[in-house]
Amino acid sequence: MHEEIHLTKDLQAVPAIELRGIGKRFPGVIANHDIDITITSGTIHALVGENGAGKSTLMKILYGVQKPDSGTIAVNGHQVSLSSPSDAIAIGVGMVFQHFMLADNFTVLENVVLGAEKIAGIGDDARNRIRQISDDYGFDLDPDDLVEDLGVGERQRVEILKVLYRGAKIIILDEPTAVLVPQEVDALFDNLRELKDQGHTLIFISHKLDEVLSVADDITVIRKGTTVASVKPAEVNARQLAELMVGSVLPSPSTEGSTVTDKVLLEVIDLELDDATGRPELVDIDFAIHAGEILGIAGVEGNGQTELVETIIGMRRQARGTIMLAGEEISEWSTRRRRETGVGYIPEDRHRHGLLLDAPLWENRILGHQTRPPSVKGPFLNPPGAKADTGRIVSAYDVRTPGITTTARALSGGNQQKFIVGREMSSDPILLIASHPTRGVDVGAQAAIWGHIKRARKAGLAVLLISADLDELIGLSDTIKVILRGKLVATFDPQSVTPQHLGSAMTGADAISEERS
Amino acid sequence: MSRWMRLGLPVAAVVLALVFSGVVATLVLLFTGDDVVGFWRVLFTWPSERDLVDIINMTAILYLSGAAAAIGFRMNLFNIGVEGQYRLAGLFAGAFAAQGLLPGKLNVAAAILVAMAVGALWAGIAGVLRVWRGVSEVISTIMLNAIAGSLIGFLLVKWGESTGNARNTKMMPEDSWTGFFRLFPDVSDGAYHLSLLAPLVGIAFFILVYYTRFGFDLRAAGASESAAVSSGVSVKKMIVVSMLLSGAVAGLIGVPMMFSEAHQYGSAFQTGLGFTGIAVALLGRNHPMGIAFGALIFAFLGQQANLLNILAGVSPDIVNMTQGIIVLSVVIAFEVIRRLATRIEQRQVATQLDAERQGDTALKGASA
Amino acid sequence: MSAPVASTAPVTTPSSQWQRRLRVRNLTLIAIVGFALLSLVRVITGAQELTSAGTIQAALTSSIPIAMAGLGGLWSERAGIVNIGLEGMMILGTFGAGYFGYHYGSIAGILGAIVLGMIGGLLHGIATVYFGVDHIVSGVAINIIALGAAGFLAETYFTGLEGGGPTQSPPLPAPMTINVDFLDNPLASIEAKQWFFVSDFAGLLRVFVNDLPVLTILCLALFVLTFWVLWRTKFGLRLRSCGEEPAAAESLGVNVYNYKMIAVVISGGLSGLGGAFLAMVASSGFQVGQTGGRGYIGLAAMIFGNWRPGGLLLGSGLFGYTQALPLRREATVSIHALLLLVAILLLLVAAYQLWRKNTLQAVSGAVFGAAFLVWYLSTDVVPSDFTKMAPYVTTLLVLALASQRLRMPKADGLVYRRGSAG
Repeated sequence: MHEEIHLTKDLQAVPAIELRGIGKRFPGVIANHDIDITITSGTIHALVGENGAGKSTLMKILYGVQKPDSGTIAVNGHQVSLSSPSDAIAIGVGMVFQHFMLADNFTVLENVVLGAEKIAGIGDDARNRIRQISDDYGFDLDPDDLVEDLGVGERQRVEILKVLYRGAKIIILDEPTAVLVPQEVDALFDNLRELKDQGHTLIFISHKLDEVLSVADDITVIRKGTTVASVKPAEVNARQLAELMVGSVLPSPSTEGSTVTDKVLLEVIDLELDDATGRPELVDIDFAIHAGEILGIAGVEGNGQTELVETIIGMRRQARGTIMLAGEEISEWSTRRRRETGVGYIPEDRHRHGLLLDAPLWENRILGHQTRPPSVKGPFLNPPGAKADTGRIVSAYDVRTPGITTTARALSGGNQQKFIVGREMSSDPILLIASHPTRGVDVGAQAAIWGHIKRARKAGLAVLLISADLDELIGLSDTIKVILRGKLVATFDPQSVTPQHLGSAMTGADAISEERS
Repeated sequence: MSRWMRLGLPVAAVVLALVFSGVVATLVLLFTGDDVVGFWRVLFTWPSERDLVDIINMTAILYLSGAAAAIGFRMNLFNIGVEGQYRLAGLFAGAFAAQGLLPGKLNVAAAILVAMAVGALWAGIAGVLRVWRGVSEVISTIMLNAIAGSLIGFLLVKWGESTGNARNTKMMPEDSWTGFFRLFPDVSDGAYHLSLLAPLVGIAFFILVYYTRFGFDLRAAGASESAAVSSGVSVKKMIVVSMLLSGAVAGLIGVPMMFSEAHQYGSAFQTGLGFTGIAVALLGRNHPMGIAFGALIFAFLGQQANLLNILAGVSPDIVNMTQGIIVLSVVIAFEVIRRLATRIEQRQVATQLDAERQGDTALKGASA
Repeated sequence: MSAPVASTAPVTTPSSQWQRRLRVRNLTLIAIVGFALLSLVRVITGAQELTSAGTIQAALTSSIPIAMAGLGGLWSERAGIVNIGLEGMMILGTFGAGYFGYHYGSIAGILGAIVLGMIGGLLHGIATVYFGVDHIVSGVAINIIALGAAGFLAETYFTGLEGGGPTQSPPLPAPMTINVDFLDNPLASIEAKQWFFVSDFAGLLRVFVNDLPVLTILCLALFVLTFWVLWRTKFGLRLRSCGEEPAAAESLGVNVYNYKMIAVVISGGLSGLGGAFLAMVASSGFQVGQTGGRGYIGLAAMIFGNWRPGGLLLGSGLFGYTQALPLRREATVSIHALLLLVAILLLLVAAYQLWRKNTLQAVSGAVFGAAFLVWYLSTDVVPSDFTKMAPYVTTLLVLALASQRLRMPKADGLVYRRGSAG
């Protein structure tokens, strides 16, 4: 056994995990290629990168949820092939997902032992074991508490306890601080350090650079599906990390003349929103968009963009503050009334909010516009009108579809999105809310959609653009604001913003907000 | 998806289900040693003229019942309370008509409105409970059915009069009696005049669901609540309005028979039609034409079933059982076919677009 | 993408174990207080039949089928399958008891009923779990099938049998009962004394020592067994996880489809057993239409009991009692006395709400309580139709008022596709 041969070496030298040449592709997209990572035992190793950089796919490979197309995985010196999470669990790898897999109505005990009842039963033995683990690592969890009553930080600790209970020595955490407030983040990091001291190896995926720098021993940067750097926190500062993450080459902004006018079309004043338990989702939001202006909101997902969009479209009536559309206060208006007055909406999740998947394309033309021509005539629907207009949209926006009676579900994402853009533009809106308008869309469709938005801007449209794609933000926006934890923290001019500043503001590495105009 | 596929697949599902149910019924009969051949012979005998009349009337009634249930189903609301709604509505309509407050046919029209209002109200309770307190309309409508039963008993005691063992509401004045459309010279009765309500409701249903803004909102909310909300639909309002409409149509179920035949509410009032209506709606896929087809099938089967005992020595309940099997197999068949259709269509679109893309690259290559 | 669940500031809540003990104690307390109030009303109004042994026995007999249907519903819904078809499965059970009971004896009758109920459950499971059919639609279809099947089979097999006919089975052998005679006499004499609470309690006990059907004991035992299996075993934990968070369960290696199928088949069996009780104990044989909606009432009792066996039992008792009372002698007197009971209950509730400083609810409780009191004082008789409504109106009220406190299994009714995890 090669274990004995290596006895003379420092035991720590056997890396906990070694990934060499990992590659994975999905139809149409290369998620990972040439990934090389060495994770030392008994350390906290951070994997940083933007959304879509390929971190999650990589972790799924490591946990057995996906199989890599190429490359090798070695755990504690042994090459392994993982075909399911059970394989990973068997070799001591545990994963804490970003979206917790917990049953609210069950106790901590029940959630932890489910599926692992043979370890210590489901009664007092298990209870004691859980208490033991909780005490050992300072989790402060009572096995008989209902998960529903626990705060987010505690739930996360339950997920960690789940993997520890099953004997994990290597723990992967996917964006663990995405849902925590600062105090909970500190508590989590204390737990992680405690785990490290007890000999566990922790891998932690994040894009929050300040946090990564404070707790990690090693950092690997992933960009566009591959590993680009491997550094130690002492060697870099946040700005440099940000630069590595977003790449020092930024897309050059549009060189067209400005079309921004003086006329304010959307004004948001003192907007605030709390969720059902009182946790703030939007804080002190103030901005205005003029006719002919595209305001881009940059930010890492989960910082309030969805809430902002849903509030402006009218789906979050419990928000406080004022929203003015073309000088009229619309804060109390229903979604329908807002849309009728001229607010177009390209939703982030087109399948859930933008389309009736099992309905033909021409019926989807009506969706969102079912009170206005050409879809209606008085109180009646106007199928011929809707069909004709659908045909027009299909050709004007280059929607590739066999026909207008094709079910929406059958179209590709890009064509669905082009159709939605065409539909929303067709009602001649004065304000367009575009949330990730080119997500999941092929390059050709993306360029087309950008072209349509720019043309509409020239004609006086005001656009609120939410995006995680820096190309898109910089290329389209007249002004960029950054949202972080529900607050607008920075304003930039796309003509002169640097990647470091943008990245820092998005990730909170830079506490100072700069304004350049 | 092509028009033919959109129409053809549901039809295929129904045909498959019918065949399957027929097979099951045959197997059951073989198992119990009954006269299988006789059973099928009776089922396929062309009905007598008397029976045809009954079938037509029952089709109309079941159509109303199915439409009532279908309106709710469109919104994913299960109005199991059609039974209680139509019985209560019948009682109130009968009692109202008996008062003779208005002359002649005006009385009938007013009574119809009363029936619709009572049905709507009774269903509305469930709708409000659902929207306001989150009470499942399945349980609340079932409870309301039972409450309606007791309430009817109580009101009949108060308002009605006894004839022998039966309690009925008072007889309506004769000028409020509706008659029959004579269909055959040898048959004294015919189709109830008010069975015309069925096609009227059908047309209204069709126009409402497919050609009005409300109908679009209804279908959208039933298909994808999230998309509907984003498009401006108020789901709570839709739930209440749907239940009200469903109940209003339910109220009409007992009306044709009562005004043409019994002229009062009571022991002659046919019960159980609410539940059959649910089956009809499911069979007809909640579509105005489909429900007509389903109502016809169930009415036909129900009528032929009466003859089974006499002519083949088979218990008519086999037909009831088969009706249930038809419903179950139809919904299963629809699920299976739906999944199949989605996959076929996606493949179709993919191949077509691939071809287009090839054509494009070829062009690009040519021009490069 | 964004935060999965909102965070709450960590609240000190009593640990679940304490909550569980609290629950059992609460239920017994409610039962005792309810019984005491009933007894009080009996003493005040002189309506002896409210708590006589005869009434209690009739109530028990009426409750058991409802309870079994509710228990069946509990098993099914705890695994995430809504089972509206309980009524149909109970109908199959009544037929099974009638057929097998007549030809092969009581035990065969019980087994036959259970098996036929299970077949119904199997059908429902296949449709909902494997084909992804909507649960309610499948349940409704099964009810139609079962009704037709039972009617058909009854006419086929019972016609021409002595005592039987197209819509009923011949009389079945009397159910096995247990007698504890030596206790019955002293209890009877205590009961006759008509003392507050003690005599009533004696009447209650008499029911359990006098001709208690073994089937009743079996059914009640199944409640205890259900609690133990679902909440104290690994099997039960996994089953419940399928109804709470099937994606999490699958991610931890639980075969969700299997557990759902098992649960729904057991659910059918329990309803079938309820049907057996109905045919063999509550009646003298199978009869078409025997179930009379008990399957649905059982579901209501299950919701009333918050998807737990204890509450379900209490709810079934309540519904069974209100079903049985109008059929007893001196019914109008008893029912009239119930008005006073309701008035007292509402006023107590109002007082409690006042103590909790919920003024609006206290006032409405007081108003309704006063209304019932006035109704009681100003009338001598309540139309029996209104008592018959009582269980249903109660269900609606409970569901409407307590909707926030009731907690159904989180994934109940969800059409789950395997592979939705991760």
